[in-house]
Amino acid sequence: MISDSPAPGQPTRRVFLKRAGGVSALALTIGFEWAGPARRAAAAMASSPGTVFAPNAFLRIAADDSVTVIAKHLEMGQGAYTGIATIVAEELDADWSRVRVESAPADAKRYGNLALGNIQGTGGSSAMANSWTQLREAGGKARAMLLSAAAKGWHVPVAELTVAKGVVYHAASKREATFGSLVKTAMSLPVPETVALKDPKDFKLIGRRPPRVDVAAKVDGSAQFTLDVVMPGMLVALLKRPSQFGATVKSFDATAAGAIPGVVKVVQVPRGVAVIAKSFWAAKQGRDVLRVEWDDTHAEKRSSADLMSEYRQLAEQPGMPARKEGDAAQAIRSAAHTVSASYEFPYLAHAPMEPLDAVVKLSADSCEIWAGDQFQTIDQANAAKIAGLDPQKVSIHTLFAGGSFGRRANPGSDYIVEAVSIAKAFGADGTPIKLQWTREDDIHGGLYRPMYFHKLTAGLSDKNELTGWKHVIVGQSIMAGTAFAAMIKDGIDATSVEGAATIAYAIPNIAVDLSTTQTGVPVLWWRVVGSSHTTFAVEAFIDEVAHAARADPFEFRRRLLEHEPRMKAVLELAAEKAGWSSVPLPHGKGRGIAVAEAFKTYVAQVAEVSVDASGRVKIDRVVCAVDCGTPINPDIITAQMEGGIGFGLGAVRYGAITLKDGRIEQSNFNNYRVLRMNEMPKVEVHIMPSTLPPTGVGEPGVAPVGPAVANAIFAASGKRIRVLPFANGGDA
Amino acid sequence: MSTSFVLNGKPTTLDADPNMPLLWAVREIAGLPGTKFGCGMALCGACTVHLDGQAIRSCVLQLSAVAGRQVTTIEGLHSAAAKAVQAAWIELQVPQCGYCQSGQVMSATALLEKNVAPTDADIDGAMSGNICRCATYARIRAAIHVAAQSIKESA
Repeated sequence: MISDSPAPGQPTRRVFLKRAGGVSALALTIGFEWAGPARRAAAAMASSPGTVFAPNAFLRIAADDSVTVIAKHLEMGQGAYTGIATIVAEELDADWSRVRVESAPADAKRYGNLALGNIQGTGGSSAMANSWTQLREAGGKARAMLLSAAAKGWHVPVAELTVAKGVVYHAASKREATFGSLVKTAMSLPVPETVALKDPKDFKLIGRRPPRVDVAAKVDGSAQFTLDVVMPGMLVALLKRPSQFGATVKSFDATAAGAIPGVVKVVQVPRGVAVIAKSFWAAKQGRDVLRVEWDDTHAEKRSSADLMSEYRQLAEQPGMPARKEGDAAQAIRSAAHTVSASYEFPYLAHAPMEPLDAVVKLSADSCEIWAGDQFQTIDQANAAKIAGLDPQKVSIHTLFAGGSFGRRANPGSDYIVEAVSIAKAFGADGTPIKLQWTREDDIHGGLYRPMYFHKLTAGLSDKNELTGWKHVIVGQSIMAGTAFAAMIKDGIDATSVEGAATIAYAIPNIAVDLSTTQTGVPVLWWRVVGSSHTTFAVEAFIDEVAHAARADPFEFRRRLLEHEPRMKAVLELAAEKAGWSSVPLPHGKGRGIAVAEAFKTYVAQVAEVSVDASGRVKIDRVVCAVDCGTPINPDIITAQMEGGIGFGLGAVRYGAITLKDGRIEQSNFNNYRVLRMNEMPKVEVHIMPSTLPPTGVGEPGVAPVGPAVANAIFAASGKRIRVLPFANGGDA
Repeated sequence: MSTSFVLNGKPTTLDADPNMPLLWAVREIAGLPGTKFGCGMALCGACTVHLDGQAIRSCVLQLSAVAGRQVTTIEGLHSAAAKAVQAAWIELQVPQCGYCQSGQVMSATALLEKNVAPTDADIDGAMSGNICRCATYARIRAAIHVAAQSIKESA
């Protein structure tokens, strides 16, 4: 296990802080400068020739010893900036206190996500996995050049040199040189073709807990989000959108809106009518009194209850095969006992804390965008199309995102396109315009996790062996109709069935079928994507099957995972740490277990719940075991598991976007409830030691928590949760 | 129309619509962007500031209501409790996306200004109005206990 205690000789963070003299000293030591004069100074330094060593697209070292790492990924809370900087700094042997992070410009060639193809974007928990080798080499090559520069200056062989914390040493002659002092010479040297990477046993940052590069600015209010962008002459726009998806503007009357002091202009754009004002408050008041008549000819007018009843019927008809092994139908027909259950999942909004926002400065020949941008080159292309410019004329400044959970990575770039279309309708005169969504805009704005219906049937032999498994999934495709549609193979959108078609249990006959539906409700990936519903269905149902087989739910799963060593290992670790077999629970309490693989990371969780006489559920504790390959920063992995658990709990407990006659019934956090402090359980995270390449941690922790809790509620009360969210009832 | 009050210790007069929520007045007129917009309905706590030492939601409080009173935003936090909270937040690496954290720090500071040894129930009471979609709640709870301990040790 990764120990919580520091490595020998390493100060604990607390000690480090005390030595560094507390908050202000840490802010200085981390040197994370995002906005204001400091950032401008750094940028100027980067462009002044002769002082900066920039051997590749991912780092710069300045004469003042500062190391600037260029992040191609968005920092939205998942710790990508710190992870990226850690990988570079490790192979570079940089002084962590001198490392800062800057966001990369949009450029698929230099900053493409190697896991997503030829685009720059952050998603699929891929930031660490796709950066790993690329950034180790970037850091390692820069280190090699700095060593060569020192060797050249001192006329000694490179082999006699050592490096630690940004200083090159020659022990024999007792000489030393900081990276900054070697910059000038290093710049004139060729970049090596290849470089030997470190043996993991020599890692000094990877596997340790260097403090996050963004935390100091996030505790004193100085971290800059898109909301905080201010420019001379900047205007603020709020967009009035239709209340039904697919409705369009028939006409509008801007008289009252135009009379609000501060309102500058009211313009029609493809998605609605925008009120552009000198301040948020003026734009908001203007929008409140703006009158728009909508054409609902092509609008979605169904209710979610109607859709779900259609889905239930579709589940009885043949779908497209997503996985077929053996003959599941025959195995179930000839089984000694069968078990069947269905599960219903609502639409879900992402509801990041920072409502969507973007600043656009559009002129006749250029477009500049400031946003917590998650799909830089896709957004660049979509913005260019609306602006009527070449993509090269669109520059994107990626700022911190106040959460995303998938929302800012959308193939149609909805909020970016809106902002550009508003700037264009305003006159494309170079005026910076900030499009600000409100929380109501966010909850009503679409791009939800799709609604799904799942039906599962299993066959057990007379020895209670699981012989057949049939799983039917009904719901919308996320990729259909987008630039990602080419990834749909044989009618199967993998994001609809991942976690179900990839079921890891050893079952001789498996059939997983998909019926893809079409509605007017726009959908999108939501944290952990397909596994946000498939893992619930699979892990809640396998629990029902184990119960029917009179088996312990943990032992039943374990026997079916003999051929899946990593999945089995996290399952066993979570069970052991939770006291599954060793610590009995009193009456009214129950434990549930669930395991998942998502984005090649393995996570198992054991939930402990209390259910009182009136059926009220309290989630007391969640024990989590995770195998994500090489743990780059165990503290961030732990944080992502904690956060994923809290995010998932809010969804299974309360999360539902429902439609009545095509209108969204929720509007804000009062009726789209999320988890709050008093509902957060104790969480314990255990990380598997590994030297395999790292995989992601931003999403996988979400997958197993829902079914673990549902299974725990069953253990405590005998009640199965088959309809989410469970605050609405539970039993299907 | 102007409203006079004390903002982060300084007498301040803002010339603005008196019905404008305090949140937008401090952000867009006073130029203090640390206080965030999350819901506009006092449901999420991202806009939490102190009014005469009490944690309040600035997104629903009209500017005119603070006339003659003391308003403190994250930019003006200097008390021992505030410093202990911010140090604990760093020590336990609380923030993820960070957007809600100004509000969390303001609520936690207001709690510790009045209650130097909060129980978990006290923390639930003071902090459940502050949503964190990254669900950093476990660390916020632990950090408040750490801050309380450090205030006690330095007292």
